[in-house]
Parts: sequence; C-alpha cells; structure tokens
Amino acid sequence: MAGADGDDSLYPIAVLIDELRNEDVQLRLNSIKKLSTIALALGVERTRTELLPFLTDTIYDEDEVLLALAEQLGNFTMLVGGPEYVHCLLPPLESLATVEETVVRDKAVESLRKISQEHSPVDLEVHFEPLVKRLASGDWFTSRTSACGLFSVCYPRVSSTVKAEIRQHFRTLCSDDTPMVRRAAASKLGEFAKVLELEYVKSDIISLFTALASDEQDSVRLLAVEACVSIATLLPQEDLETLVMPTLRQAAEDKSWRVRYMVADKFSELQKAVGPEITKNDLVPAFQNLLKDCEAEVRAAAANKVKEFCENLPEDNREQIIMTHILPCVKELVSDTNQHVKSALASVIMGLSTILGKDNTIEHLLPLFLAQLKDECPEVRLNIISNLDCVNEVIGIRQLSQSLLPAIVELAEDAKWRVRLAIIEYMPLLAGQLGVEFFDEKLNTLCMAWLIDHVYAIREAATCNLMKLVEKFGAEWAQNTIVPKVLGMANDPNYLHRMTTLFCINALSKACGQEITTKQMLPVVLKMSNDQVANVRFNVAKSLQKIGPILDSNALQTEVKPVLEKLASDTDMDVKYFAQEAISGFKEMMSCVIPHPPDCCALSWSVMERGQISCKLLLITVPHPN
Amino acid sequence: MMGDRPSPPRAMSSAATTAPSVDKVDGFSRKSVRKAKQKRSQSSSQFRSQGKPIELTPLPLLKDVPASEQPELFLKKLQQCCTVFDFMDTLSDLKMKEYKRSTLNELVDYVTVSRGYLTEQAYPEVVKMVSHNIFRTLPPSDSNEFDPEEDEPTLEASWPHLQLVYEFFIRFLESQEFQPSIAKKYIDQKFVLQLLELFDSEDPRERDYLKTVLHRIYGKFLGLRAFIRKQINNIFLRFVYETEHFNGVAELLEILGSIINGFALPLKAEHKQFLVKVLIPLHTVRSLSLFHAQLAYCIVQFLEKDPTLTEPVIRGLLKFWPKTCSQKEVMFLGELEEILDVIEPTQFVKIQEPLFKQISRCVSSPHFQVAERALYYWNNEYIMSLIEENSSVILPIMFASLYRISKEHWNPAIVALVYNVLKAFMEMNSTLFDELTATYKSDRQREKKKEKEREELWKKLEDLELKRGLRSDGIIPT
Repeated sequence: MAGADGDDSLYPIAVLIDELRNEDVQLRLNSIKKLSTIALALGVERTRTELLPFLTDTIYDEDEVLLALAEQLGNFTMLVGGPEYVHCLLPPLESLATVEETVVRDKAVESLRKISQEHSPVDLEVHFEPLVKRLASGDWFTSRTSACGLFSVCYPRVSSTVKAEIRQHFRTLCSDDTPMVRRAAASKLGEFAKVLELEYVKSDIISLFTALASDEQDSVRLLAVEACVSIATLLPQEDLETLVMPTLRQAAEDKSWRVRYMVADKFSELQKAVGPEITKNDLVPAFQNLLKDCEAEVRAAAANKVKEFCENLPEDNREQIIMTHILPCVKELVSDTNQHVKSALASVIMGLSTILGKDNTIEHLLPLFLAQLKDECPEVRLNIISNLDCVNEVIGIRQLSQSLLPAIVELAEDAKWRVRLAIIEYMPLLAGQLGVEFFDEKLNTLCMAWLIDHVYAIREAATCNLMKLVEKFGAEWAQNTIVPKVLGMANDPNYLHRMTTLFCINALSKACGQEITTKQMLPVVLKMSNDQVANVRFNVAKSLQKIGPILDSNALQTEVKPVLEKLASDTDMDVKYFAQEAISGFKEMMSCVIPHPPDCCALSWSVMERGQISCKLLLITVPHPN
Repeated sequence: MMGDRPSPPRAMSSAATTAPSVDKVDGFSRKSVRKAKQKRSQSSSQFRSQGKPIELTPLPLLKDVPASEQPELFLKKLQQCCTVFDFMDTLSDLKMKEYKRSTLNELVDYVTVSRGYLTEQAYPEVVKMVSHNIFRTLPPSDSNEFDPEEDEPTLEASWPHLQLVYEFFIRFLESQEFQPSIAKKYIDQKFVLQLLELFDSEDPRERDYLKTVLHRIYGKFLGLRAFIRKQINNIFLRFVYETEHFNGVAELLEILGSIINGFALPLKAEHKQFLVKVLIPLHTVRSLSLFHAQLAYCIVQFLEKDPTLTEPVIRGLLKFWPKTCSQKEVMFLGELEEILDVIEPTQFVKIQEPLFKQISRCVSSPHFQVAERALYYWNNEYIMSLIEENSSVILPIMFASLYRISKEHWNPAIVALVYNVLKAFMEMNSTLFDELTATYKSDRQREKKKEKEREELWKKLEDLELKRGLRSDGIIPT
C-alpha cells in the first residue's frame, strides 16, 4: 500500500504533526479525529515508523483529545498494514490505558479488546499478553483497573501455561488493596468466568466470588451480585446450592441497602440462573423480604420486578405462590409511603392479571388497580392507565371505566405539562378500548381543551391525537364532532389558537378525505390568508402546500393558486418565502411527482422554529391580542 | 422509617386544585420555590431494626455510688447505650429515648471530670458503644441532584443521641488518661475505614464532629496515619473518577490541610503523588465550589513546603482549566492568584508562557466576571513585579487579546481595566509596546494566512482520502 502512492512527499510528517500539536485544543481535537486521514496520507509504513511513535511519546494532553485518540486507534488496523502489523498499535493504547480519566481509559480498553481479535494467536502471546501482564502489575491503580477488562479477551486463545498465568493475575487483582481495582475486577468477574473451563470456574472463580461478595466495601459487594448471575448460569444445577446460594442469601440480607438494591434489581436474571427449585425454596422468601425492605429504593426495585418474577415462577404452583406469598406484599405496597415505590408497582401490577386469570383479577387485583387510580401521585395513576391494555384482555376495561374517568380528567388538567402530554398519548388507545359513545360523552371535551393549552408541546400532541382518533373513528365522526370545533377556532382572537386550526387541518385533511377538506377546510384556510399576524399567514401557505395533494386540480387552480400568489408578494419575508415554497411544490406536483407529505410532527417543529424567530418581530408591530 | 421524604405529590396536587385548568401554572418549578417545605430529616438505614419496644432497666447515677463501684457502673451504662432507637418513629419508646439521652449526658460529664475511670476493660466497651451508635449504612440520598447550595441538607433524625455519642467520644479521646497504646487494639483500620465512610453523611453537624474525631485519631495513633491518608486517597479518587458524589470532601480536605502542614522535608514521593494525582484532579469535579477554599489551601500548603512543585501544579490546573463553567473559571483564577502570591521568581519563569496564554484567554472572556477576575491580577503588587521582570515574554503573549478587548468588549468596566493594563505595559516596556502596536495588523494577517493554509492542507488531505477510498474500497475504517 505504501508504495502505491507517489504523493507522500507532499505531506512531510512535520506538517501533519504540527496539526496534532496545535495550541488550540479544538483544532488539536479536530486533527485527532481525522487521524485516519493523516495516516492515509503517510502510508502504512510511515504510519508505523513515524506517526505511532510520535503518538506514543507525546501522550500528555487534554482528556478530550486522548479520548478521541483512543477511539481512533481501535480502527487503525488497516492503516498500519493489516492484522500482521496490528501489534504496532499496542504501545500508544497501553499508555492510554493508564490514564486517570475513566472515560479515556475505558475507551482505550475497548479499542484494545477490539484489536485483540485481529491478533494472530502467536502475536497474542508475543505482544498482547505481555501488555496485559504489565498493566496488571502496574504501580498506579489505573493500569491494574484497565487490565481487568483485558483478561477475558485473550484467555480463550492462549496456551495453557499462559492461561494459568492469566488466572493468577486475575486472582491477585481481586484482592488488590485499592477498592477501585477490586471494583473493576468484580465487575469483570462474570465475563471472565464465562471464558474459563468449568473446573476453574469451580476452583478459582467461586472463591473469588465469595471473597468479593463479602468485601468490606459495599460498592465491591454489589458488583459481585452482578457476577452471580453469570456464574450461576455456568454451573450445573447440583452445584448451585453449595457454591452460589450461601453467598446469594447473604447478599439478599446484606446490611447495606445498595447491595440489597442490586439483588432486587437483578432478581429476574438471578431467578432464571438458579432455576425453579431454588426459586421456590429460596428466592420466594427473599423476594418477599425485598418487597418489605426498610429502604424505599430497595422496595421500588423489587416492585419493578413483581410481574417478571411471577411470570417466571414454575407453572405447576405459580398461582398458589403468587396468591399466598407475593400478593399480600403487593397489597401493602399499594399504600406505601413512598411514591417511587407505588409508581414502580403501578407500572407492572396490571401484568399480573394475565397470569392470574379473570376471576382472581376481579376479586383480588381490581381493588388494587382502583386504589392506584385514585392515588395522590399522578405518576402512579398514569402508569396504571398506560398499562390498561393488559387488563383489557382479561376482564375488559369497562370494569374500570367508572374510576378511570375521574383519574383521566385529573391528569388531563395536571399542572405539569409532561403529565398532560403523557395522558394525551394514551388517548387513542383509551378511545379504542372504551368505544366511541363513551368517548364522545366523556373525553371529547378534554381532547378539544388541549388544543388551547398554553404549552406548545401539548397543543402539538393534541393535534396528533385528533388525527389518530379520526383514523380510528372515521371521517364521518370527524365531520360531526371535531371539524366544526377546529374550524371555529379560526376566529379566535389569540393568533396561537388560529394557528392551531391550521395545524389541525394539516394533520386531519388526509384522514378526512377530499370531500371534507375541499368543502369545509379549504375555505377557512383561504380566509385566513388575510390574517393580520404574519405567522398565521405563512402557516396558511404551508397548510396549502400540505393539503394540496388531497384537493382536486380545479380547486388548486381556481382557489389555491391566486391566494398563494398574493401571499408571495406579502410584505413579510417569511410569508413570501413559504408561499414561494408552496408554489414551487405545486409545480413539481403538477409534473406528476407527488411529494410525500411530511408527518405532522416534523412539520410542526419547523413551524415552531421559524415561528419563534418572527414572533419577536411581531411583538413590535402587532400588540398581543387578548 | 421513611415518612419524611420530599413530597412532590402533595405539592403537585395542591397546585392542581388551586389553579383553574385554563390558566395552569407550568410545572417548571424553581428550586427556590420548591424549597418552601419542611426541613427534611432521615434516619440511618438500619436493616431489620423495627420491632418490639425497647426496655432498659434504669441504673443509679454514677455520682450516687461509691468511687470503687463507679468503673463497674460505667461499663454497665456503656452497655446500655449500645441500644439504638428508631427516631423516625417519633412516638415510640419516648421514655427510654429520654433515659438514654440523660445517661449519655452523664457519661459525657463523667469522662470530662473524673479521674481513674479508664480501666483497661473500659476501652473495648467505649469503642463498642461508639461503633454501635455511629456506624451505620447511610440511607439513600433523597434527591439525585442534591444541590448543596440551594437545597437544605437532610438532617439525621437520631441526632439527639448521636451528638452526645460523638461528644462523649471526643472527650474520651482528649482525656488525660487516654492511652493510645491500649486503644489501638480497638481503634484499628477497620474502625477508621467505617469512620471515613460516615463523612458522606448529609448532615453537616455530623461531619463537623467527624472532622474533630478523625483529627484526634490521626494525631494520637501514629500507626494509623499512612492508612488514613491512603483511604482518603481512595475516597477522593472514587469521588473524582467514579461517583462525583461524596458529602465530606471539604471536611477531609480541611484535615489534610493541617496534615500537610506537618509533613517533613524533603517530601516523600507518596505525598507528591497525592498532590499531582489526587488533589489536582479534584478540580475537575462539578461541585468544586463546595470545597474549593479548602482545596486551594492544601495546594498552597504544598507549594510553601516545596516550591519545586509549582510547575506540575500549575500545569495540572491548566490541563483541567474549565471550558464552559465560568463560575469555576473564576475559582481557578482565584486559586492561581493565591499560588502566584507565594511563587518563587525562578519557578515563575518556568511556567510563565503557558500560564499567561491562559490568562490572556481569560482576559478576553466574554463573561465579564472571568475577565475582571483575571485583570485584577494587575492590582497585585507582587504579581506586577513578576510581570515587569519578564515583560519581554509576557507582553507579546498578552498584547493581542488586550488590544482587541480594548476595542471590542461589551462591558465598559472591562474596557477601562484593560486600558489600565495596557498603560502599565506601556510604562514597563515602551519600545516593545510600540513594536507590537505597529505589527498588530500584519500579525493578524499572518495568522489569517496560516489559518487558510491549514484549511487547504486539510482539504487536500480529504481529497486524497476520497481518492484512496475509491481506489481501494474498505481501507478506510468506518
């Protein structure tokens, strides 16, 4: 490759290196990010002999630059001449793996892991493995931390003597006197166990696991819980009881809530790893304790797992276990003092109905759902509502509708706009489940009220919501219930509301079809082209472009075109711009390229961006209408 | 146990009921608004402590028994005080809580005034009582984004007892009869490790007591000193590189300040490493403002001990110079001035170029507080004398920025300050000043030309990449 280019001389390394040494960090960063270009200019040979030594020697820079460098080097194999030469990349990456900044170090390790795969087995032993050893016995904790992540990638591909050495190094790092290193080792324990032969898992890993799980620092102990999942998966069932369970039991009762939290958080994985028998005998009581833990964090983590845990219980006595052991705890959590706990439970509790079946759901779960629907915390209510579909399958939503309505109404008027947004997003689903009559009677007013919310994101979502409702209930329904109200807003004194009419038309026209669009919507849009607020006028132009494809060509020619032409000579430059856009859009359309209408959300965003710009101007010329 | 967490639901529902639906108040609650809540308190995370009511059999007062029986009674009282109460439940065990409080009070007085009470058997009992009461897993923090400048700290609910235990322990450590040689059997590495973990407590009152306790232990137990320093090291490294969360950094730094003061010269490699690899990186943490004063004090202590450390320290600060946070930049400038106040001229020469390049950037910061803080250096007589001695180096570095700001900065106060600085430079070295003024324009043009050349170089390089890419597909890593 190097010989292939004659223009090497054009780029003396000094010039390129100057770029990498530029005083301005930003420029230096840019150069490093384009390191592959520099390497390409130099050719593989000079990249190996000049660029890499330079990089290795000058590694003292801002962490941001080092991070970019670490990332680049992971992709450099071809640029140094392919797998045969990949070991040239090791020296700079080795230095980077000893840097203090965690992000840089992690990236260096990631790159090292990546290029380790490109080493031949021989190179791995000659070049890569010695590097791992050097890192593992480094003075400062950073290099030892990095080493922890490299054992598992070289272990499977080296000879058995080297394997023994690697195991020894890992063992040493697990009892390092720096907690940072022990944490790194503990977090890689599971990964390392997976590449070890089963006999060594039993002889080495288990003792390391037990030691780490009873470390003096809870930050180490909790990482051992993570490893527990992998280790338990590797061992044959008959060994689990003696090798893993004592440690797991101890972790579930650890005096530090962080460790118990971790157990709760990993509960489903643990359950799968240890199998049904141990689950029945050990995990069920452990889970009960976690659900009743004194720390809310732990209870919330456990509550999150209720559904998954129940689902994965052995089927033969699943129902009995849930009814006698789990459900009583769940009942207590419904009235927990902590809102995070309740809200975690609310996000999964509905899932129990499919597991327990219709009768149990009605008798035992329904009262809980109803209680949560009345909870003081909006997130709890929202989580219940957002999971209604599970219950719907089992008992039908009507059972809940009486309690549902007040809950929905309250959320719809919540002071936090994000809560309002969330409930809007469930409207189409609810509408589908509750049916059109219930909807018209109870929810329609809400949907219309959102259109005049004072937060743009809510008005936008409300518009999208209407579109989905029309898709569900059909054009005729739209014509009778929604369209008149939407069009009525065109006369609102607030220009933001008038614009909402336009946004609704954009969203609804396709679902409503040509008839309604031409006869009812178009006249309103055209009339609004005389609006005194420029934002409304340029949105008219945009709307016309949007609904154009739905109109027939006659209406386009006789009604739309003149209006657009008038707008194209408007005094406001934004109005002009969008009118011209629309006109040229139609020209394209006439030449038979039908533009795919962008979806309503994307459109509204661009409207908002431009709208914000010209609003400032408007404040000067037009007094805010009230 | 956890009744008193902050309660957004309550706040939210009240907002919902008071505000009519059309004119809703938005949910972007200001922190200062949100603060108007009751003081929060929390209990320690005591696993499985709930349960039956606690009964303690009242013992006679120490002063009511003959002196010979006092040591025995003292031990009994210590044993009683090992019982820990649940303070989140404000109604339970009221009588017994009060009894323990008065007993603790009595013990505090007793260790302060009595003589001959400290038998060898008392040491393990004292340490046991203290351990039972203070060592506990700290509960989860209520707010993830706890902002110590805005938010009220969460207070420890069991403080009425805890305070007395700390008080007792300090009096014990300070007592004339206290013998470290006996105590070291019980106050060991494990004890210290647990003590250090408590520095993460959110309650500032507790951290204050801990500071005193650790300081006394460091002073009295020579065998634990290296261990304590190492563990503080680990706490800081974890804080900087892993969690960015630890409440007691300022307190630990305060202790270190007094420790550094006592270091023997020449400094051990261990101490230098601590300075460069731990203290300097502490500057990168987001919450720097909470412990910056203590940190700067430690740094200056080091430099006063050993001036040759100036260069690595300043280079370290320059490496971690804040890029986006102006508030931190002002802190860095303040610390740098403290360093310059004690810098030796020989050290100053070594570091002046990179240093003044940074100062020149600060001076031209669009944030006027940063620019102002940097320009204040010119009011410092010692710094002025250093600049004057080296004006031939510093003036060319500073000139372009100063000249530009004098024409362009939006803030008139900054422009006025810059004029003063320019005037000072003119008086210092008028020939160089005139030269720089004369060449200002051509220098700028040269810079622009260089910039253009750079762009062209990169363009060529990219063309090359494109060509090669076409020639041999797949060579360019994606």
